Amino acid sequence: MSDPTQRNGGDGRTPSSPGESDLSARLKSLETRLDQASAHRSETKDPRPRATSDSRALGQAMRLSAEFIAGVFAGGMIGYLVDALAGTRPWGLIVCLILGFFAGMLNLMRAAGLAKPAKYDDKS
Amino acid sequence: MASPIEQFQIKPIIPVINFTNSSLFMIAAAGLIVGGMLLATRRRALVPDRGQSVAEMLHDFVAGTLRDATGQEGMKFFPLVFTLFLFVLTMNMLGMVPGFFTVTSHIIITFALAMLVIGTVVVYGIMKHGTHFFGLFVPSGVPGWLLPFITVIEVISFLSRPISLSLRLFANMLAGHIALKVFGGFVVSLGAAGGLMAVLAPLPLIMAVALTALEFLVAFLQAYVFTVLTCIYLNDALHPGH
Repeated sequence: MSDPTQRNGGDGRTPSSPGESDLSARLKSLETRLDQASAHRSETKDPRPRATSDSRALGQAMRLSAEFIAGVFAGGMIGYLVDALAGTRPWGLIVCLILGFFAGMLNLMRAAGLAKPAKYDDKS
Repeated sequence: MASPIEQFQIKPIIPVINFTNSSLFMIAAAGLIVGGMLLATRRRALVPDRGQSVAEMLHDFVAGTLRDATGQEGMKFFPLVFTLFLFVLTMNMLGMVPGFFTVTSHIIITFALAMLVIGTVVVYGIMKHGTHFFGLFVPSGVPGWLLPFITVIEVISFLSRPISLSLRLFANMLAGHIALKVFGGFVVSLGAAGGLMAVLAPLPLIMAVALTALEFLVAFLQAYVFTVLTCIYLNDALHPGH
């Protein structure tokens, strides 16, 4: 009864001591990689959290919804005005709507923190 | 069932001077704010009574928001921001009283308020920084041939700000009041249908009660968001081109 357990223990120990060292080495490498990953993440996140308080974060979140539509709308209005003033009926609206679409996209990405903030938002 | 958008109709009260129900509720909001504030500050005690502590809380709340976004030098805009916050909040809250007109559910009103904010930003920015203010439309580190293109997009992006500011407030108030009206209408039509339908009538009623609570939250939140964004835009006028 004691024989198999002892043999088992001995059996387990002889391959386990290299296995354990292997495991600890792997654990260590995993730890360093985790450290690197978390350091990398905090590094990439660092420029973004300008949310010094809850109010800023809330404002940012609410902003996202209307940003895109507003960009397209502003572009369309400018295009309409350009057409009315210069008499270039369809072209001003077409070009400015496309530009407005870009501006809306830019607004959206800025509000989401994916693009570099506008010069006027960059507090430093 | 009454049309859910009937509540937004502008009705003239004194047609000669174009005094409408919208004007009436704007004046009511202004009167309520002035009256409430005068009442609250009538007896300025060191230990505030109920009204005074509400006024002080509102003041500290808006002042904290403004100081967070713009720093100490932004406090010169405090009267503007405080007035805007109270005006929008009071109009939103007045709209929640059944039968009352919601002034902020008309985009022209919210757009006028947003233009006031952006106008202040532009005028003050040019006054303070001159042509340097326009430098905020020209991003740095962009290749030369791309620069005019990017500048136009930046200008459109800046011009879209009053639109997004007004659109958010207007859309929230409009959608909320339409939803309330629609669920209220369901209760009436289901009840009038009789039989099995009438048994179901309390369900939209529960929904309408829940929506009313949500609408109060939205009414406050949108006034707050309007204020926060005003503060952020004012920050541009104070510190452009950093």
